[in-house]
Amino acid sequence: MSDQMKDLVRLAASGKINRRAFVGRMGALGLSASVAGSMFGMVAQAQAKKGGVLRAGVQGGQSTDSLDPALAASDVPFMINMTWGETLVELEPGGVLSMRVAEEVTSNADATEWKFKIRAGMTFHNGAPVTAEDVVATLKRHTDDKAQSGAQGLVKGIAEMTAEGDTVTLKLAAANADLPFLMADYHLIIQPGGGVDNPAAGIGCGAYIVKEFEPGVRCVMEKNPTYWDTSRGFADTVEVLSINDNTARTAAITAGQIHMMTRVDPKIAEMLAGAEGVVIERAAGPGHYVFIMQCTQAPFDNNDLRMALKLAIKRDEMVEKILGGMGSVGNDFPINAAYPLFDDAIPQRAFDAAKAAEHYKASGHDGSPIVLQVAPAAFPGAVDAANLFVASANEAGIPLTIKLEPDDGYWSNVWNVAPFCASYWGGRPVQDQMYSTAYLSTADWNDTKFVDAHFDELMLAARGELDPVKRKAQYSEMANILRDTGGLICPMFNDWVEGRRAEVGGWVANPAGTLMDGKALVKCWLEA
Amino acid sequence: MHPLIILVVQRIALGLILLLAVSVLIFLGVEALPGDTAQQILGQGATPETLANMRESLGLNEPALTRYFSWLGHALTGDFGKALTNKMDIAQAIGQRLGNTLFLAACAGVIAVPFAIGLGLLAARHNGRWPDKLISGVTLATISLPEFVAAYFVIYLLTQVIPILQPVSMVFPGMTFLERLHAVALPVIVLVMVVLAHMMRMTRAAILNVMQSPYIETAELKGLSPMQVIWRHALPNAVAPIVSVVVINLAYLVVGVVVVEVVFSYNALGQYLVDHVSKRDLPVVQAVGLIFAAVYIGLNIFADVVGIVANPRLRHPK
Repeated sequence: MSDQMKDLVRLAASGKINRRAFVGRMGALGLSASVAGSMFGMVAQAQAKKGGVLRAGVQGGQSTDSLDPALAASDVPFMINMTWGETLVELEPGGVLSMRVAEEVTSNADATEWKFKIRAGMTFHNGAPVTAEDVVATLKRHTDDKAQSGAQGLVKGIAEMTAEGDTVTLKLAAANADLPFLMADYHLIIQPGGGVDNPAAGIGCGAYIVKEFEPGVRCVMEKNPTYWDTSRGFADTVEVLSINDNTARTAAITAGQIHMMTRVDPKIAEMLAGAEGVVIERAAGPGHYVFIMQCTQAPFDNNDLRMALKLAIKRDEMVEKILGGMGSVGNDFPINAAYPLFDDAIPQRAFDAAKAAEHYKASGHDGSPIVLQVAPAAFPGAVDAANLFVASANEAGIPLTIKLEPDDGYWSNVWNVAPFCASYWGGRPVQDQMYSTAYLSTADWNDTKFVDAHFDELMLAARGELDPVKRKAQYSEMANILRDTGGLICPMFNDWVEGRRAEVGGWVANPAGTLMDGKALVKCWLEA
Repeated sequence: MHPLIILVVQRIALGLILLLAVSVLIFLGVEALPGDTAQQILGQGATPETLANMRESLGLNEPALTRYFSWLGHALTGDFGKALTNKMDIAQAIGQRLGNTLFLAACAGVIAVPFAIGLGLLAARHNGRWPDKLISGVTLATISLPEFVAAYFVIYLLTQVIPILQPVSMVFPGMTFLERLHAVALPVIVLVMVVLAHMMRMTRAAILNVMQSPYIETAELKGLSPMQVIWRHALPNAVAPIVSVVVINLAYLVVGVVVVEVVFSYNALGQYLVDHVSKRDLPVVQAVGLIFAAVYIGLNIFADVVGIVANPRLRHPK
């Protein structure tokens, strides 16, 4: 090992550089990213310190929150649930699955039957052992006809679930090569008896046990002394504090009152990185900000008009001004390089006033104002983004205007109702899940009202396709269909931008979700 | 019976009727908001099936009138029920948060009220000269600043430049009194800045008003010092308007400080109410709304009574 490499290892060991920088600089010295990545993990892990109180300041908590995983819909309950609870499998950086409650996952040859072997010797916080029956009961609670779960739409393709010994068998109505990825969904936390009796008890089999929960304020959790995995759960106590105000959260991390925070405002990220003791962490994920046209509503039922609007948006400008450069441009389909089997050969769409004007003319639109409905709640900076869109569209001669809506009730009254509005998607671990959530013609959340029989066929074929080459080609064709005929305008993918104290060790950014996909409190430790 | 007692009883009875009217208004208001609890809980993740299931289990399919009277029946027997959203016991949650609200309001009030009245007296004593102008200028500046700007300013000053306080003010059961005081120091500073001017200016105006009276001249001719004149002769006769302004500000400190609560993540009633309004959680909105209304009505009855006791003409009506 060269001296330079040794220096880097020393820096990594003392937590002075993050994984991204370590891998990048090792790469410059000729080491491959995967080797450097695992090296960083080993070096950092060896330094793990036990004890202390680790606090996360998270945005998006309300006093109406509950510990019921079925109802988690914002970052605070998500973070809390991921700390006390555990799913069958977890999504690791790089899009691979790690085994948690399930020890082993196998399928039959055509991916219609999946077997999950449940890890032996795990116990819930109430002392009961974790059994295959608990797992089945949990999945049933989220999928049956009476379910009130955010995961209901995801797992309704499971036709039959059985528990036998230590094995859970899921039989599917149709082949799905991605089924294990669905089991990583944050709603599907394994609860004793499926959590049917008391869904909000906060009893799971994770590394921390809920001690105190005040909704919208904080949750205090203590180390689970019987937890099976020694590479997790270093702090004695962890706390999730609900701090909704950006300024207060930022002040809290610079003052050291919290150790990590969600949603650093991109506008101040650079300044905050200069503050003493604060490190900014970024992860390029699948989340994206969008403008949604309903393909069934005039004037958006005309593909020329949709194309005109897609060509009339300045994507680079949006990434620069709305995301402060912390993101990447979108290409009017909901997939980016964060997904496995992404086709990076699809040409990037860019602003073209002349072509947009051409399509607009071809659409035969009468020139009346085209109304874009937007509220600040649609995504951070949504109103500013809409204003930029209006300016560039007007440049191309398209009469786009904004109608400002209140935050309150936006998701029930405007989104999925109005013909043209702003929204966001958090992304999904695999392409199939993203497409089947919102672009399949029969999907519950098909917010662009996009209907294309060939697209649906391709999706179902790809879902059961085990050959990655064929599958990639199918996904590429779907992306092109959506890009050229769909109702989605996707100008940008937003990075997770988060802050942590320098004394927090073990941080590995995970694009799948905020704060290491909710596992930051479980996987990190406090130096000294 | 003493006419004063009759009056108080009348006012309280009127107050109870008002509370009932308030509960009807709150109910109608929440009903009129677009979307229902099920939609607000499930948000972007709602599907028609989950919505129907949740409406069924929350009893949202009952007619509005049935829901109101069922709530009223329980409330009259002291049972506020459980929150629709997270099934937590409302009385228990409110108890803790009301305590936090009153603690913050009391801390701010204990500092702001004597301070404002003292400054008002001082300004009246030096009417038109520099102390008066200075006091008026500074307090008007602090009241003109929006609360969140004042809050950000003190956060910057006292947690970043001079790091002696903490920006997040949450309080928890088990904290000692001193720990609580330390936690709420920043919001208290902001609230004092906000309520100071109103009370101080009313004190000053009320005193100056009385200072024109002949008996003040008499007191001056007796040879009393200016501060003695104000303290012994002017203040007792100006107490009614001062008390009513003080009471309005105290009521504000209890019911109107949600912006400050949000900025400092202080877990009190205002934030609790706003969260539940956004989720259309009717039982909670009713309970908190009634508490706020009761505080307003109660404090106003108190101010009226003080006004009457302080005024002989009202105390002994012909």
